[in-house]
Amino acid sequence: MNKIKSLEDLRKMKQNLEHGMNIREKSNEPESLVQIRVAMATCGIASGARTVMNTLVEKIEKEKIPAVVTQGGCMGYCYAEPTIEVRVPGKDPVVFGYVDSAKAIEIVEKYIVNGELLDGIIPTNYKTINDKN
Amino acid sequence: MHLLVCGGTGCRASESEQIVENLKSEIKNLGLENDAQVVTTGCFGFCEKGPIVKIIPDNTFYTQVKKEDCAEIIREHVLKGRKVSRLLYEDPETQKHIEDSKHMGFYQKQMRIALRNCGFIDPENVDEYIARDGYAALGKILSEMTPEEAIDILKKSGLRGRGGGGFPTGLKWEIASKNKADQKYVVCNADEGDPGAFMDRSILEGDPHSIIEAMAICGYCIGASKGIVYIRAEYPLAIKRLKVAARQAREYGLLGEQILGSDFSFDIELRYGAGAFVCGEETALIHSMEGLRGEPTVKPPFPAEKGYLGKPTNVNNVETFANVPAIYLKGAEWYSSIGTEKSKGTKVFALAGKINNVGLIEVPMGITLREVIYEIGGGIKDGKKFKAVQTGGPSGGCLTEKHLDTPIDFDNLIAAGSMMGSGGMIVMDEDDCMVSVAKFYLEFTVEESCGKCAPCRIGNKRLHEMLEKITSGKGVPEDIEYLKNLSRVIKDTSLCGLGQTSPNPVLSTIENFYDEYLAHVTERICPAGSCKALKLYTIIADKCTGCTACVRACPVDAITGEKRQPHVIDPDKCIRCGACYEKCKFTAIHVQ
Repeated sequence: MNKIKSLEDLRKMKQNLEHGMNIREKSNEPESLVQIRVAMATCGIASGARTVMNTLVEKIEKEKIPAVVTQGGCMGYCYAEPTIEVRVPGKDPVVFGYVDSAKAIEIVEKYIVNGELLDGIIPTNYKTINDKN
Repeated sequence: MHLLVCGGTGCRASESEQIVENLKSEIKNLGLENDAQVVTTGCFGFCEKGPIVKIIPDNTFYTQVKKEDCAEIIREHVLKGRKVSRLLYEDPETQKHIEDSKHMGFYQKQMRIALRNCGFIDPENVDEYIARDGYAALGKILSEMTPEEAIDILKKSGLRGRGGGGFPTGLKWEIASKNKADQKYVVCNADEGDPGAFMDRSILEGDPHSIIEAMAICGYCIGASKGIVYIRAEYPLAIKRLKVAARQAREYGLLGEQILGSDFSFDIELRYGAGAFVCGEETALIHSMEGLRGEPTVKPPFPAEKGYLGKPTNVNNVETFANVPAIYLKGAEWYSSIGTEKSKGTKVFALAGKINNVGLIEVPMGITLREVIYEIGGGIKDGKKFKAVQTGGPSGGCLTEKHLDTPIDFDNLIAAGSMMGSGGMIVMDEDDCMVSVAKFYLEFTVEESCGKCAPCRIGNKRLHEMLEKITSGKGVPEDIEYLKNLSRVIKDTSLCGLGQTSPNPVLSTIENFYDEYLAHVTERICPAGSCKALKLYTIIADKCTGCTACVRACPVDAITGEKRQPHVIDPDKCIRCGACYEKCKFTAIHVQ
């Protein structure tokens, strides 16, 4: 290991290391972040949800977007898999269907960053399991 | 996705190392190495329900995980996103599963400063500590501040020693810095001895670098180049992690010569204690480090003047040190905005006893006992009634229902007849006999008294004998006065904190539960029903069918009577074993 020779070196080192801890830091403040939940039931995985999820994780890390990607179970829209749910703080959650990697990037760039609504939203007034009780 | 597994002593005792292995191998089996990463962390504090596995980023909090559950966690949660609901924490009040730690009462009221990295980073990985601003406080001080400026910040923060006494830390550093000498020492007191307290151990196990960093800061401030951690040998995991951390810090040049390009050099070493309670007292601790008997000596001279090997020495407790880097990173104003007027910041408590959520908590000073017990602690076990809480360990006292809404800080606890101590908090319910509680603590002090002062060595022994006499039903009313008198003598005439505080549990229980003592010595009954010798078993004649089941169960033939006629128990022969009570099918045995 190389010795750290100054405060400047330490700060640089911190910046390089921060990346690996990001996911944990973000989990400390879940309410203030955009939450993206990828439906990862059997049907979702079969239609490529895992690729979508990886794309989302990469995109968010690259652009340093204050969002956290988690997995969810089946949302019931099996015809439209892969589906993802996006919760922007202060807004109602929105579900997008038929999401592939290209669509996922579009959702991040347009809906999450700019707040534009996109095609592909599954129009229904549903509640998540968390709200049911 | 990160899977954090508790690697504290408590959870390791329930095979958390095996859990880490199983999780890793299952991830490998399913080829999920890129999606999920397993991290061994320090203590999450929720020891009651260990081993803990926490899934990041959704904060899913799995409790009492067994090694057999690992495959299911990976297959269900990691692969398919379905939570394993049977492993989730169940709220003791609503009996509902709580999905993530952010919604658990146990964590909602907590504020983690000293425990900021416990259960969050891998304690054996210095990079994770640095990623969370580790060693940045040391770097900032070395390159931007004079020792005087740094001490001034600590004084302004209002931090007080967390080992029990509550002495202002900044002032302590200032005194040590002003004493001139060719060599000075920084000592970390990790000789945690209160029964039931484990905050220092958890910090050392979960975040050892924070202690090393704080000791180096202290060394710079007071002008010391050597640091010593005095730690009990019975903390093997804490010792191991501290050694690993010191090695990593040396490799990075964060310990050693010319740290971070400055002129300051500092290194630490470890000294092992044999686990004597009195060695938590700083003069006894220093003697033990010098290879002498762990006996306290008169202060002054204070260690800041003449300490280890006769040189100026600054001794701080682990939790005190753990607060230091955070204060320098976030500022004195930030720290002093937390807490009460005279007690700033937070305090870690080890919550134990008859409470639903046993574990380690960190709360802002000034929180009430009610919030701690009912909101964080989840209330009293089995819906029983709260009776008292013992704080400050063998040096402390009891707080009762009337203190439930008193803000907890150094001064309020002393005013209520107890003390902060190192932060043990033992909750008692209606079934706990307060005389027996006092006896338990005296048993401990009798064992731990170093024997130097007669009042402590002999007096505590007599106190214990007197309490034994009362709980075995041989006490007389005069005994209570005797206890009080002897207690005062011991307090007034002992040299060190051990003897000066050891009668506190007796005085405080007499003060708060006088009626209970009186019942023991006059009516010869134990109102809590816990003193075995004071139980009186009688047979209710109306209910007794004369089945003779009790006669056969009684090991000392204390029960007599004709068949199919009510029987009687001879109280002189009865040994209060309760065998008849358990055997009787007609609830005809009455216990008083």
